Amino acid sequence: MEFSEEVLLSMYKKMLLIRYFEEKVDEFFARALIHGTTHLYVGEEAIAVGACVHLEKGDLFTSTHRGHGHCIASGADVKRMMAELLGKETGYSHGKGGSMHIADVEAGNLGANGVVGGGIPLAVGAGLTLKMKNSDRVALCFFGDGAANQGGFHESLNLASIWDLPVVFICENNVYGMSFPVKKAIKAKTIAERSKAYGIPGDLVDGNDVFAVSDAVEAAVKRARKGKGPTLIECQTYRWKGHSKSDANVYRTQEEIENWKKKCPIKRFREKLMKENLLTREQAERIDQAAKKEIEEATEFAMRSQEPNPENLEEDVYA
Amino acid sequence: MPEILYREAIRDALREEMLRDERVFVMGEDVGVYGGAFGVTQGLIEEFGEDRVRDTPISEAVIAGAAAGSAVTGMRPVAEIMFMDFTTFATDQLVNQAAKIRYMFGGKARVPMVLRTPAGAGTGAAAQHSQSLEVWFTHIPGLKVVMPSTPYDAKGLLKSSIRDDNPVIFVEHKLLYNTKGNVPAEEYTIPLGVADVKRAGRDVTIIATSHMVLKALEAADTLARSGIDAEVLDPRTLVPLDKEAIVESVKKTGRVVIVHEACKRSGFGAELAATIAESDAFDYLDAPIKRLGGAWSPIPYNPNLEAAWIPQAEDIIRAARELKERT
Ligand SMILES: Cc1ncc(C[n+]2csc(CCOP(=O)(O)OP(=O)(O)O)c2C)c(N)n1
Ligand SMILES: [Mg+2]
Repeated sequence: MEFSEEVLLSMYKKMLLIRYFEEKVDEFFARALIHGTTHLYVGEEAIAVGACVHLEKGDLFTSTHRGHGHCIASGADVKRMMAELLGKETGYSHGKGGSMHIADVEAGNLGANGVVGGGIPLAVGAGLTLKMKNSDRVALCFFGDGAANQGGFHESLNLASIWDLPVVFICENNVYGMSFPVKKAIKAKTIAERSKAYGIPGDLVDGNDVFAVSDAVEAAVKRARKGKGPTLIECQTYRWKGHSKSDANVYRTQEEIENWKKKCPIKRFREKLMKENLLTREQAERIDQAAKKEIEEATEFAMRSQEPNPENLEEDVYA
Repeated sequence: MPEILYREAIRDALREEMLRDERVFVMGEDVGVYGGAFGVTQGLIEEFGEDRVRDTPISEAVIAGAAAGSAVTGMRPVAEIMFMDFTTFATDQLVNQAAKIRYMFGGKARVPMVLRTPAGAGTGAAAQHSQSLEVWFTHIPGLKVVMPSTPYDAKGLLKSSIRDDNPVIFVEHKLLYNTKGNVPAEEYTIPLGVADVKRAGRDVTIIATSHMVLKALEAADTLARSGIDAEVLDPRTLVPLDKEAIVESVKKTGRVVIVHEACKRSGFGAELAATIAESDAFDYLDAPIKRLGGAWSPIPYNPNLEAAWIPQAEDIIRAARELKERT
């Protein structure tokens, strides 16, 4: 797709917002200001942004434990996200969910998920609703390489394929599921080639190239909107930070991490935009400052917000 | 006696059993170089190699099923499910296969497997990483359910579980991993089905499981200062259950508070309360049986809400005082 300059710059800003949001969260954990755990999306920003740019009103998506990026890319309010991470009443889940359970169902965000692979069958259900309502909306389904080895992944792709459901399965292959390298977890060379088993298209893309992700998702979304069924897209990328807040990186080398950092998706996008004269150095600086400021404001908002009232503990269990 | 961590006690049990019996092996997610999400299996892969310390893909159903299948055919697997919340995926293989194979086959097979898994809230991990689901497994004939609260018990019970010829669900607690206790350097085992009185007392029996044992002991200390002498009884294994020890204690005290972290409703406390009500101890009760458990909601993220969800020492103290005041 040819994007307007405005869209491109907003994509660029979203990638920065994700990066700075995650860095702030990382800092909070390091300072023990947040309890629980979190999974940072640093280094993988191009996937969420390249995919979510195709979301239209009424489209849906499911996310993962590493879900902050999908939220921000889909336009979530970073203030309410940060408040949720700090467990505040003003957070998306009133502080009851935390990092792994940020959702905005009305906006089509069916939620991050603490269960690896947990969102995949849900995305199939979302696709089923869209199909039964004869809508041309789609459901994007994000999941990791590790999740692709859950039984539910196979059941989901099979069902979505036999019913031609409008679901785009987006596998974020960041080389590891926690400490376990995808090479050891999967015998096949790629995850994308599993699409053959379900008789659906499979696409393998460079997940650090926002345009490559965008092109693949665009084609899959078009197909889904036309009622032609699901697609499996594997985006190859890398997780820069530890798996969760605690991770000594014993399963990988510093050299490997540094090599991947050289392939930074944000830097790559910026250089491309500059090369094509779509972005000047001054503009880049301005966007960068604006993104940082937004995260600072979100942080202040979250810090200032009220704690939830423990008396509401058993509220919202049933509708 | 050396003082070691609960996590180390479990690791020592695994190690000793692996040295003792070459059929024993470990498998699960990130149990290899990572050493397990909570560090329990650290060092085992270096000592025993990849063949006996197997990292698996994120596939809980087949972790449980492959454990059962290898157990039936002569191995003695110890499978790890990273969080008890994800035993949901493993449940079919545990409930419909592992638990029933022996009986369905007319007593012609054995399923000597252990499934280790950490339960428990208190770490801010929220709704899908904090649950205590032990009671589900206590409802299934054919499964044994073990829930140790101290390093000493964890080691002795895990060794017995590994040597047991039946599928054992071994429930650990995240907040216990860093607790310390005396564990003898010499070989010992603790038989399944024997409760332990963690503190003797005359006025009220507090039956507690897992991490709640620590809270019950804390409560008992406070109660002692106000003249209430509480006995803290840890069943240690839920199936088999040491009914005798429970009945005996309640007969002595005439009052009972039951506390577990799992949701109170339909929790194991219901089974304990019914066991007491059906026994001779019924006639000795001076007050109704009191149950404490997790609130009726998924486990919330916010630390204050989470603390309000979990039974606390103050709740136990209040319950014990209420019972004492009735008579
Ligand atoms: C069903 C289930 N099993 C195990 C876990 C623990 N866990 C959380 S994230 C994770 C690794 C997930 O790997 P992947 O799907 O590749 O996503 P990534 O973390 O690499 O983004 C594991 C094992 C879990 N949350 N859910
Ligand atoms: Mg991964």
